[in-house]
Amino acid sequence: MKNLLRRCWLLGLFFLLCSCGPMESNLDSATDAQILHLGNGTEPQGLDPHLATGVPEHNIIAALLEGLVGENPKDLSPAPGAAHSWEISNDLLTYTFHLNPQAKWSNGDPVTADDFVYSWKRLLMPDLAAEYAYQLFVVKNAREFNQGKIQDFNQVGAKALDRLTFEVQLEAPTPYFLSLLSHYSTFPVHRETIEKFGAIDDPGSLWTRAENFVGNGPFILAEWALNRIIRVEKNPHYWDSDTVTLNEIRFYPIDNGVTEERMFRSRTLHITSTVPAEKIEKYRQKSPELLNISPYLGTYFYRFNVNKPPLDDPRVRKALAMSIDRLKIVEAITKGGQIPAYNLTPANTLGYTSESTIVFDVEQAKLLLAEAGYSGGVGFPEINILYNTSEGHRKIAVALQQMWKQALSIDLKLYNQDWKSFLFTVSNMDYEIARGSWIGDYVDPNTFLDMFVSGGGNNQTGFSNAEYDRSIRSAAKTIDMKQRYEYFQRAEKILTDQVPVMPIYTYTKLYLKAPELKGWHNNILDHHPYKYIYLEKTD
Amino acid sequence: MLKFIFFRMLQAIPVLLIVIAVTFILIRQAPGGPFDSEKAVSPYVLEKLNERYHLDDPLYQQFFDYLGNAVTGDFGPSFKYPTRSVSEMIFTGLPITFELAINAMVVALIIGISAGLIAALRPNTAQDYIPMSAAMIGICMPSFLMGPLLVLVFGIWLEWLPVSGWGYSAGDKILPSITLGATYAAYIARLSRGGMLEILSQDFIRTARAKGIPEHIILFKHALRGGLLPVVSFLGPAIAGLLSGSFVVETIFQIPGLGRFYVQAAFNRDYTMIMGTTIFFSVLIILFNLLSDIIAVMLNPRLSYGDKN
Repeated sequence: MKNLLRRCWLLGLFFLLCSCGPMESNLDSATDAQILHLGNGTEPQGLDPHLATGVPEHNIIAALLEGLVGENPKDLSPAPGAAHSWEISNDLLTYTFHLNPQAKWSNGDPVTADDFVYSWKRLLMPDLAAEYAYQLFVVKNAREFNQGKIQDFNQVGAKALDRLTFEVQLEAPTPYFLSLLSHYSTFPVHRETIEKFGAIDDPGSLWTRAENFVGNGPFILAEWALNRIIRVEKNPHYWDSDTVTLNEIRFYPIDNGVTEERMFRSRTLHITSTVPAEKIEKYRQKSPELLNISPYLGTYFYRFNVNKPPLDDPRVRKALAMSIDRLKIVEAITKGGQIPAYNLTPANTLGYTSESTIVFDVEQAKLLLAEAGYSGGVGFPEINILYNTSEGHRKIAVALQQMWKQALSIDLKLYNQDWKSFLFTVSNMDYEIARGSWIGDYVDPNTFLDMFVSGGGNNQTGFSNAEYDRSIRSAAKTIDMKQRYEYFQRAEKILTDQVPVMPIYTYTKLYLKAPELKGWHNNILDHHPYKYIYLEKTD
Repeated sequence: MLKFIFFRMLQAIPVLLIVIAVTFILIRQAPGGPFDSEKAVSPYVLEKLNERYHLDDPLYQQFFDYLGNAVTGDFGPSFKYPTRSVSEMIFTGLPITFELAINAMVVALIIGISAGLIAALRPNTAQDYIPMSAAMIGICMPSFLMGPLLVLVFGIWLEWLPVSGWGYSAGDKILPSITLGATYAAYIARLSRGGMLEILSQDFIRTARAKGIPEHIILFKHALRGGLLPVVSFLGPAIAGLLSGSFVVETIFQIPGLGRFYVQAAFNRDYTMIMGTTIFFSVLIILFNLLSDIIAVMLNPRLSYGDKN
């Protein structure tokens, strides 16, 4: 009897484990079928281009919709999109786009200039409350319309001259305007579809569901169930469908980097959205060909609250910023090839590299701190370093704490908060030193430097400098690129002197990438037009 | 029995109301709101958003509006996923979490009861110590360790099973079910061993043995029914725990279940989603406790609904 029981138990376990033979992995069959399996971070909040705000959303929307201007996959230079050509007036204020007559929606309707007028109007509708409406604020009267100051959209500088000609008038010459047009917030939506499922400014409309979605991009939405794989299929109506090699893309919503890495290892994914920090070294040693590291247009930094003593003294801020060893942080902690940052704007952003930097000089830092009245760290108040709860951020905060103690003999305390509490604390300026980061919206120094103008929504340091504001304003009005960059240099110099913000490193984008994946080029915005991507067998 | 159920239901109403009120107040006390993000939202947009979701009404009015809508089954749209309603999200995630919980429970019962029985048959021998030590390890080993370990062995080294997903490919439900069930299997093993030992030492078993009844009939017909009582009363809370505690396993294996929404909603300050899932889980826990009380009375003639009440 007992033996029988024991046997049953073992037998059950045995069957459970053996019922499954070795499996065929996802990627083995994917190449023939041209199906891309892509780790996409989290479940998208939505797929409405005018309401979306994140990278996972971008990745999917970029497959489903196409803006006026596309991107060269290698260097992001403007390429034909829904418009096959465009002209720019001499004063850089008027852009005329000629739409591709072949461009069609996925239901076969032609893409027209009216579609763009309608879509930009939608993005700017006050009641839609789109967070990215400001992307179009460079367009004449767009801000006024969005804030309800003017009601008539005809006064906004976006007009259809005829069925295929779309004209845009800008408030000021904006050298990065074309680059804004590859941001999904400026993408068109299909008017009839929007209106079938709700009002123009209804954010809860169900038009983005797979069964309703009409797009003009290289792929169409085939399946979107909550927290499951999102599937898009090749769009036969797309004007450039001959270029498109992939038949299907599957986006996996995986918010856990460790799980994602395991899925990559079991050949379920072609590409991951990130690499867990503790795995980087292992891949670097054992299979460097799978590890992909490339510069990314973003800066990791710490904010100083310039209203709170002792940080109200620029010498103290500068001393703090000068006494940390950034190289050590990227080499010993982040390990992902990040580049130490000694100023805010990443080097070579559209040809701009800051001339002024914060130097790493502990002796000088000690002198500055002594000048400020804290010689040898004596009398320095016990202030706090705030970061949002995460192991990676904690390690950096601990390193800063130790470096400051060692270099300047000052004791700072660490504390952390969950993400939303952290955002609340920082935006209410209820901190002394707080972690921060900024990812550029477009390739231009302005996306970084504009942040610290007086009263700017993302400033959050209390920093206010008339000369700085003037430089940024002047840069916005200047046609001459050289002159413009000089204004930026001036602004950046003020930032490195006054140090409301302490840059730590320039981000890199890390992936694990399967060898079959071709046509995927590294670029600083991490944009990868899917029409150029294909899968090829490797030996 | 109907009277018993009726009174228990009646008791549940104030409990639910308190849960709703406390949750409502607590989440509003937490700093940060649903619309805070890394890139600051302009005050103008924020005002529009608050207006849209009636967050600019007085708190008491929001509470009673919410209560009124909730009674009619309308839990509102999710703040984080504006095109999805809370009910839609709950009912998309629920079947998956439920299936996971049931699978895990089956795993737990099969492994747990057989291990407990085997141990109880020969107490204080190797046959007792080995499964019970294993059970101890099972109780102590958290699922965030057990899951990755199983994945490493069966998913990556042996390549027998998929490492993640739910219904994407054959066999991908096995590892999550075992991971989630393992801890409960261990509890059940200990409970059933204890229960069986107690019953097997009782007089009516000795009488049965004296009468010459075959051992397997004694075991399965006479002893098991009483011996599993502790397991049954454990089942109610266990199923509720499996449902609401599946978060870790769902994260490890990327399962689109309800557990993940529940935890993420709190981090996202997704007010409606937090309320919806909390209410939903409260109802579930109340129901399963009621159910396990009913089963306990059915199994044990010495109890009556009066005692339980």
